[in-house]
Amino acid sequence: MVARAKSSRSPGPGIKGRQQLAGWIFISPVVVLLGLFLFVPVLMAAWVSVSDWTGRGSPFAADVGYVGTENYSQILTGGGLATQDFGTSIRNNLYYVLFVVPLQTALSLFLAVLVSRRIMRGRGFFRTAFYFPSVTSSVAITVLWLFLFSQSGVVNKILSWFTIDGPNWFADPRGVIHVFLRAVGVESAPQALATNEFLGISWWQWVSGPSMAMSAFILMAIFTTSGTFMLLFIAGLQSIGPEIEEAAMMDRANAWRRFIHVTLPMLKPTLFTVITLGLIGTWQVFDQIYVGTQGGPAKTTLTPAYLSFNEAFNQGDWGEGAAIAFILFAIIVFFTIVQRFVLRERDTVKKPRTKRSQAVAVEVER
Amino acid sequence: MSTTPATTPPKQRSRLGAAPWTTYLLLVLLALVYIMPFLIQISTSFKTEPEAAVNPIGLFPQNWTTAAYERLFRFSDYATWGMNSAIVTAFVTVGRVFFVSLAGYALARIPFRGRGVVFALVIAVMAVPSVVLLIPKFLVINQLGIYDSYAGMIVPLLADAAGVFIMKNFFESIPVSVEEQARIDGAGVFRTFWSIVLPMAAPAVMTIVILSFQGSWNELNHFIVATQDPQLTTLTKGVAQLASGQLSQGTQYPLKLGAAVLMTIPVAIVFFVFQRRIMNVSAGAVKE
Repeated sequence: MVARAKSSRSPGPGIKGRQQLAGWIFISPVVVLLGLFLFVPVLMAAWVSVSDWTGRGSPFAADVGYVGTENYSQILTGGGLATQDFGTSIRNNLYYVLFVVPLQTALSLFLAVLVSRRIMRGRGFFRTAFYFPSVTSSVAITVLWLFLFSQSGVVNKILSWFTIDGPNWFADPRGVIHVFLRAVGVESAPQALATNEFLGISWWQWVSGPSMAMSAFILMAIFTTSGTFMLLFIAGLQSIGPEIEEAAMMDRANAWRRFIHVTLPMLKPTLFTVITLGLIGTWQVFDQIYVGTQGGPAKTTLTPAYLSFNEAFNQGDWGEGAAIAFILFAIIVFFTIVQRFVLRERDTVKKPRTKRSQAVAVEVER
Repeated sequence: MSTTPATTPPKQRSRLGAAPWTTYLLLVLLALVYIMPFLIQISTSFKTEPEAAVNPIGLFPQNWTTAAYERLFRFSDYATWGMNSAIVTAFVTVGRVFFVSLAGYALARIPFRGRGVVFALVIAVMAVPSVVLLIPKFLVINQLGIYDSYAGMIVPLLADAAGVFIMKNFFESIPVSVEEQARIDGAGVFRTFWSIVLPMAAPAVMTIVILSFQGSWNELNHFIVATQDPQLTTLTKGVAQLASGQLSQGTQYPLKLGAAVLMTIPVAIVFFVFQRRIMNVSAGAVKE
């Protein structure tokens, strides 16, 4: 970049001045738009999160008061409904992350390996089939999912072939771990778990597992994202090249051992990217909840993103809504920093791939 | 993408990579899992409501009917939603291509003071997830007085940090000599950009077009916070309202699924026409 800048600077001082101006004119629309709809809003929301604004009039009007960290403390330590809701939403989302990230990573890697065989008919067809769910809108997919997982829906129909009586997924608040515990005879909460609590909800509730409704959303996330991550793994597998595998072949290593000891270690950078992108993405569950369940049944699909929206737009508690958004932001920023850090490591090692790997990250994040 | 296999001599390839039939069987089963939901969705939209409940899986409706679609257009503002989505998508796509390529070009080629800072900001902005911006965005849109207007729906979507990034990378791959020739011939910066460099960037521009088409057609949460007026409802918002049952007595799955099918058609067409490019971009294999 430096070299290029120098070479285009050579023509003369007049052109240099004109270029200064042109540069700023070219960049200004984007800078103004990003500033106006990203930077300024964040500052305004920061103010709202420490105010008692109720949504009427301007948040900068004289009658809107400064309440310090009250909104934050009400969410984090207040112990009332606000804390309970926040704790519940964190629990729900935590299970979502815990199930979606490993499963989507494993499945997309598996798909990528399957369609990366060098001689294979219909490779393009299979890639298209696996990727298609990723391009459809979250709204359309959620509508489809509500049907598939309804009481008389496709999934329960298939389960009935195996004489399994499927639950009414999106109306079933039972957590899967609770269901499992009940099946092995643990009917009620052990004393220690029932009496102690964290973020307003008891430990027994923390270990409930995702509800049936949330489980359906977990499956949906895996269904819609595995295609995208599969493409990342395909790119990763291609960069390994056939020679290394051939060398391992010579050593008569069998396919599974070859995969574990040769392919997987070389895929480490891609694996890391996929996992961190997964961690960032799975904390942003909003569309599905808005379209499908609005947080129900029994708040078991409430997520921080939806809770923040609901507190502000439906309950009129803008301060709390904004505060939740900032806490969520902090969580996501944490994972983003981890991801940037990881990508930077990669760039110094594999210089020629820099742009590609960054482009990958850019695309998937959207 | 196809360059890697070509380096292996054909003889070895067949020994190494030939997929056994078990792999095919597995792939076919998996592909079924991925495709069936969409086929079932289409067929259900042509079923009657009782049939959809009794026989959710059947791919061929026993009583083929378009009643769901007729109801959809008669009792909801589906046509209006479609119009709004089309308007917003068109403006956002055209605007984004223009602004994003200008910015990408400036960052790649024009040496101006503060370029490094601007680029760092663009990168930082990409990290801000849209779901935490719901409340902030509403505040600004409200403050600017563009709540419940096309301006409020379109303008905030015009700048896209990821697009800037893609364009910048592409412009950097074009040889500088091309522009220098033009500049020696006396063309100004904008002329050079508009009539020489931008046409050469056609592949990247196409990528931006596809991405912003998909992005704005499928956008939901921005429209939730930017509008309230039923006349400004987009497809995503309208179908979301349908799903949560505002029009329905009973489950009405054929109607809801039909609404979802129709809104998927445009993105599906774009996807199937440009699938190679879309998948290459998503894999980061922008080699052009």
